[in-house]
Amino acid sequence: MAKPEINLPNDINAQTLGKRRSLLSIIVAKFFQNKLAVIALVVLSIIITSAILAPLITPHDPNLQNLRHRLEPPGPEFWLGTDHLGRDLFSRLLYGGRVSLTVGFVAMIGAVSIGTTIGAIAGFFGGKVDAFLMRLVDVIISFPNIFLLITLVAVLEPSMEILILVFALLSWTGTSRLVRGEFLTLKNREFVLAARTIGMSNTRIIFGQILPSAMGPVIVAATLAVGNFILAESTLSFLGLGIQPPRASWGNMLTYSQSVTIFRNAVWYPTFPGLAILITVLCFNFIGDGLRDALDPRIVEK
Amino acid sequence: MSTLLEIKNLKTHFFSKDKVLPVVDGVDFKVKKGETLAIVGESGSGKSITSLSIMGLVPKPGGKIVEGEILFDGKDLVQLSENQMYKVRGNDIAMIFQEPMSSLNPVLTIGEQITEVLIYHKKLSKKEARQKAIELLKIVGFARAEGILDDYPHRLSGGMRQRVMIAMAMSCDPKLLIADEPTTALDVTVQAQILELMKDLSKKFESSIILITHDLGVVAELADRVIVMYAGQVVEESPVVSLFDEPLHPYTQGLLSSIPKLDEERKRLTSIAGNVPSPDSFPKGCRFNTRCPHVMQVCIDKQPDLIEVKPGRKSRCFLHEEGVNSNG
Repeated sequence: MAKPEINLPNDINAQTLGKRRSLLSIIVAKFFQNKLAVIALVVLSIIITSAILAPLITPHDPNLQNLRHRLEPPGPEFWLGTDHLGRDLFSRLLYGGRVSLTVGFVAMIGAVSIGTTIGAIAGFFGGKVDAFLMRLVDVIISFPNIFLLITLVAVLEPSMEILILVFALLSWTGTSRLVRGEFLTLKNREFVLAARTIGMSNTRIIFGQILPSAMGPVIVAATLAVGNFILAESTLSFLGLGIQPPRASWGNMLTYSQSVTIFRNAVWYPTFPGLAILITVLCFNFIGDGLRDALDPRIVEK
Repeated sequence: MSTLLEIKNLKTHFFSKDKVLPVVDGVDFKVKKGETLAIVGESGSGKSITSLSIMGLVPKPGGKIVEGEILFDGKDLVQLSENQMYKVRGNDIAMIFQEPMSSLNPVLTIGEQITEVLIYHKKLSKKEARQKAIELLKIVGFARAEGILDDYPHRLSGGMRQRVMIAMAMSCDPKLLIADEPTTALDVTVQAQILELMKDLSKKFESSIILITHDLGVVAELADRVIVMYAGQVVEESPVVSLFDEPLHPYTQGLLSSIPKLDEERKRLTSIAGNVPSPDSFPKGCRFNTRCPHVMQVCIDKQPDLIEVKPGRKSRCFLHEEGVNSNG
């Protein structure tokens, strides 16, 4: 792009510095320098697309039992084999991916929204508000999470919605601390005072002026959080407290790996959902790392 | 000329656990319509806090206006609620700062920052606001204003950013512009351009300016009247020409004699010995008594009042009172 010429009437030899690039294009360019993150992004896109398009791709009904084909190894008819009830594993894997990814994403959106709002309020207003909200965070962090999750899910009917709600309500604390920290430093910057002098209200300053600067770390944390929520969903489903059969999720597909017979006779059955979780979480972590580098202003462009 | 802003006995104090700091301690002055008033003083004399008090933005926690009135167009700004102040800030009174580098938001484009003010205060549509922003940028000297709108602040030089800040400040035709050391962080050549620009704009928009500075050169360039502040109080008030011709207060005399002059041969610059006392240890009596070359017994015992010595000229010093006048 050509340098824009600026002719000031009173002869300032003014030229804007460097060629014009939007912030976004700089970040995208930096992200694409990280090969691992790009590969992870490609792999993850494939996983997400196939989960979305599951009804079109899958050759079998994921919940159709076919007892004549129990524990069949991978082959031309059942690409990834069948489980102990003769259900097609490939179909279940894709449908299970829908559930696991939905839980991960929706819980992340919930947790990040709550965390950002509370962190922003605490950091911006400070004083008593800050003290109260941060003690609330301390209390929530001190809960033994796994036990609380198990109790809650046991008391309430275990379902995807409850799972998402519980995850979101218990996991916003990290984000809120992160955002609070950002706000504590940013609120004393001169541009915030300048925004006040032109009559902006607190709400507009928080969301319009400070939050955009604080978004970098939040995006990274959110990406990593999706991976963690997928793991947490798998853990609970594995224990039988999450997504209930016959609905498939990667976690509850792993449940039967506890059986020694299955491990000895049909090792593919627990392997594929296990791999799916591993690869997906790994992808989120690599992308998170890539974003961290891309959004960090201290890492200079090469 | 009618009065736009009148400050009466303004006291802004800061409270910490065990002490009270009278940072602004009984300041009175007036700003007339279309006038440029300079507030001069060393660091720590309370000039910036005076201006933030006018904006209703005294740093919190700790700072508070404890006494006084700030009458702007007849309304007392001290009594207004926060919601009413939102409408005054930017609309009636605008402010520009010392550091153009840090007073623009680094993650928003110039256009976003200027149009935001216009959309908020003038209720313009996005398109109209953009058009108006281009106009404003042209007024402050960007020939190709459209090009600047989509730039981020880091691509502009210090002088250009200060122009953008001025454009933002002038966007709603404020009646009063407070400029807190607007040229301190700029190159000397750019300083002159910015001062020229402010002069032009105050004429064009017919707005008054309060110019806060410690640079007496800037005062001579821009101001109509000058207030000299020392230790939270006004010590001298005077039209700009007579201040430079014949400073009344010993502190002002000290300030003026510490400027280098071209037509004079001096080996060393004179300076005023010592520092501005900090607000928790203001001396009793006249606050300048620790540094004043003419200090008398009465200065240590009593505080002088700001009295009118000559028409339009006030000074806070016992030297002007009857009897002691001659030996000053």
